[in-house]
Amino acid sequence: MHKTRNFLFHLYMAMFLFYLLAPLVVMGGAAFNDSRFPSILPWKGFTLEWFSQLASDGRMWLAFRNTVIVALAVVALAVPIGTAAAILINSVTGRVRTVLYGMMVAPILAPGAVIGISTLLFWNQFSVPAGLHLSVLGQVSYIAAFVMLLVLARLQSFDVALEEAALDLGAGHGMVLRRILLPHLYPAIGAGAAIAFFQSIENFNVTLFTRGNADTLTVYVFSKVRTGITPTINALALVMISVTLAGAIFYELRRRRLERRFRD
Amino acid sequence: MHDLLRRYGSGLTGAFVLLTAFWLLVLIVLPNLYLLENSFRPYLPKVDMGGPLDTYSLNNYAKILTGESPTQVFGITITLPVHVKSFLLTVGYSAFVTLISFALAYPLAYYLAKIVQPKSLPTLFLLLFVPLWVSEVLRSFAWFIILSLKGPLNFSLLGLGIIETPIRWIAGYQSIIVGLVYTYVLFMLFPIYNAIQSLDTNQIEAAEDLGSPWWRTHWRVILPHAKPGIASGAVMVFMLSAGSLLVPVLLGSTDSNWFTQVIQQWMFEAADWNTGSAYAFILLVLCTVFVSLVMRVFRVKLSDIAK
Repeated sequence: MHKTRNFLFHLYMAMFLFYLLAPLVVMGGAAFNDSRFPSILPWKGFTLEWFSQLASDGRMWLAFRNTVIVALAVVALAVPIGTAAAILINSVTGRVRTVLYGMMVAPILAPGAVIGISTLLFWNQFSVPAGLHLSVLGQVSYIAAFVMLLVLARLQSFDVALEEAALDLGAGHGMVLRRILLPHLYPAIGAGAAIAFFQSIENFNVTLFTRGNADTLTVYVFSKVRTGITPTINALALVMISVTLAGAIFYELRRRRLERRFRD
Repeated sequence: MHDLLRRYGSGLTGAFVLLTAFWLLVLIVLPNLYLLENSFRPYLPKVDMGGPLDTYSLNNYAKILTGESPTQVFGITITLPVHVKSFLLTVGYSAFVTLISFALAYPLAYYLAKIVQPKSLPTLFLLLFVPLWVSEVLRSFAWFIILSLKGPLNFSLLGLGIIETPIRWIAGYQSIIVGLVYTYVLFMLFPIYNAIQSLDTNQIEAAEDLGSPWWRTHWRVILPHAKPGIASGAVMVFMLSAGSLLVPVLLGSTDSNWFTQVIQQWMFEAADWNTGSAYAFILLVLCTVFVSLVMRVFRVKLSDIAK
């Protein structure tokens, strides 16, 4: 009885993985097809043309640079804000905490378009034109919440007595923060920074409304798909998938090695 | 607060408060208040702003009621304003996407939490994560290729003899649904997995030993335990779907119109930011209502959802 059930479950898992991964294969495959329209069918022969076109696409490289700059700026703002908010909310209780928490978490659940439009309108009142700086502010408004949640979770395991001891031994406030609290929070802050970086790269909705005329990679790919559709996008996709896979495989191998060492 | 002052002194506490206040006020509360205020004001050329014409009204909201569009529902023709129709369809199809995602993700979450060997879990998760790391634009674009008229899907179906003529998949809302489910199903999977994983396996075995059939074990033991996870997944998938712009624009056809697309048209094509704000506010209200409804029905707290 359990045998058939488990077999069906394994089968379902395999089908689900196929469903998730096959589209990526299709997309990568189209990068090598010598056809002006991105598709794997009909197969018109193998070519590397689209990769060389990608490499010489100046607008794409500019968009790529913009993406990285925006992501770094988002990390630089969201990490201190999220950390400060977590420390603050950790020390308040009761109704205030509920209200603050709700305000902090709400942007995660709000539609990106609404965040983008409200940011655009607000800064427009002060004659700040649309541009990537607004994209940064719009993105920070919800990405800081991820950092806050991660740091807050880590704070649960923090022993306040350590700080008391340090204060009693004559440490200054700055030193307590730098030498006791922050080192405990570093893993969460690091994870928060990574999540902030990737969320920023992924972002489309907020960026579309706030970017002005500037491009980020997602917006650029989007406009390409809408207008001049050629398999250079597939070449770009394949590069991104390969980088992702390489990272994943590296991580997996390292994990297995560590596991083996752990067992010995 | 008092406690913070004692531990970090007034300087550092002040910095914490300032950073948080900047975030909550300048980045969240004030922009949204401006959005609301703007939504009541008329769209005017710059010289008339602040002038006698610049008065508050509900005109922008009333625009949603203009323009008739007859719709066939179960053979009965109902005439609805165009934007109301796209709003209702967005809500309805987002709920549908949420349901499909749940149906797809629940068995898998159960499998990952209770059946599969713990040894192979990290590898499986890694594989599941790969599509999440690939950008959303590219994932939707992949489906654009697959669903196209001469694409691999039609090719395989023709080859297998299931259909005789290629099907135009990118028509109406169906391709949007396919794209949304693919893009967001994992946001349903992980919260449910987390919830089921925390259930003591002994409880499942006890139910089975007492003679409960598998469906009753799920209905009475596993599903109730997984409730917070399901609520969390449902909220995420519904919000992401209703607020999605990429997937509807890329995979939509001429006869589909997602509500976010309507907003985008007001903002960029009509350059009427005020009506755009009114529509954005309507979307925000919808999302708030949906979240509160889910929280009420599933009796979960906001802190359970935002994990």
